Amino acid sequence: MSGTASPAWVTALRGDPYHLGHTRDGHGESRATGRGTGGPSPKRIIVAYGFWIFILSDIVMFASFFASYAVLQGGVSDGPTGPEIFDLDRIAIETALLLLSSFTCGMASLALSARRMLLFQTAMAVTFCLGAGFVALEVMELHDLIQRGAGPSRSAFLSSFFTLVGCHGLHVTVGLLWLLTMMAQVLTKGFRSDIVRRTLCFALFWHALDIVWVGVFSVVYLMGSIT
Amino acid sequence: MSHADHASAEDLDRHQTEVAPGEEFAEEDIGKGIRGYLIGLALATLLTVCSFAVVHAKFVWAPAVPVAVIVFAIAQMGVHLVFFLHITTGPDNINNVMALAFGVLFVVLLIGGSVWIMSNMNSNMMPATPPSSSPQSSQPAMPMTRPMRH
Repeated sequence: MSGTASPAWVTALRGDPYHLGHTRDGHGESRATGRGTGGPSPKRIIVAYGFWIFILSDIVMFASFFASYAVLQGGVSDGPTGPEIFDLDRIAIETALLLLSSFTCGMASLALSARRMLLFQTAMAVTFCLGAGFVALEVMELHDLIQRGAGPSRSAFLSSFFTLVGCHGLHVTVGLLWLLTMMAQVLTKGFRSDIVRRTLCFALFWHALDIVWVGVFSVVYLMGSIT
Repeated sequence: MSHADHASAEDLDRHQTEVAPGEEFAEEDIGKGIRGYLIGLALATLLTVCSFAVVHAKFVWAPAVPVAVIVFAIAQMGVHLVFFLHITTGPDNINNVMALAFGVLFVVLLIGGSVWIMSNMNSNMMPATPPSSSPQSSQPAMPMTRPMRH
């Protein structure tokens, strides 16, 4: 084999979009940002990536609550069991509200990137109403349970249930406050780059809460209602 | 290298730059973006309806219902990730996907490990004695964790 001719597999790796081996087209490094010679990534990407890491850590925290719920599910201590206290119709409405709010939040992100103020504020307001409806339904449900003597101190099952569902509801409540803050900031300060970054992070947070809710209604309510 | 040459190289590199999580690349076209969200909404609604229907209507063999619910849930989480969070397998998304994979690894270890260990311990536990002979039997001393009944 001569020194100049490349073997066939080197040709196959050329132009690898994943930049394995740091080469692009077989010669030199890419000038794309965030890849060494291209310099650091734009702040928008770094901020959103950092917030993505936070969201994943938040999901790991929810996973520990899910694990404790799964372990303590059978410890009803002669108290009410899941099928006795779960109202699946209410859960279906809550699910629909949160899913629709995730969609309108996506509309708000699109309006944000298109810099359309009226569309953005409308979509965020609709998102707030849907999210507030979700929180109201959940507070009513938990309040009913406590009134009926099925509070978090009744049994291990109810402790873990209140922790998991209440923690998700708390996240949604905090998200609602953040939503109002972003509406006000975009309204007063306009589509400034730092405000846009914050709103991008809010949209990530809101979509992630919907993903966690998918786990909650499937594992807690649907699987808990199977007799 | 001339300036024009550098600019064309930047254009070549456009598809190799990064994309922030939650962001679609080149989403200047708002109609196209709405279409993606609509597809996601339709798929998520379909999967949600399926998992509620599997529990409500009894047309699935009963022991398979929890498995079906879990499968629908995982599918719906995937739909959310792709259509709402815009996580793709493209080269611009590799950092986001790697972080996600690490998170998923942790979640699987945490939930799977806890359930596995605790169900193993539950099945090794002695059955609870009926509270008949002991003097403090006014408070039934049930173990905090009973073996799951399904």
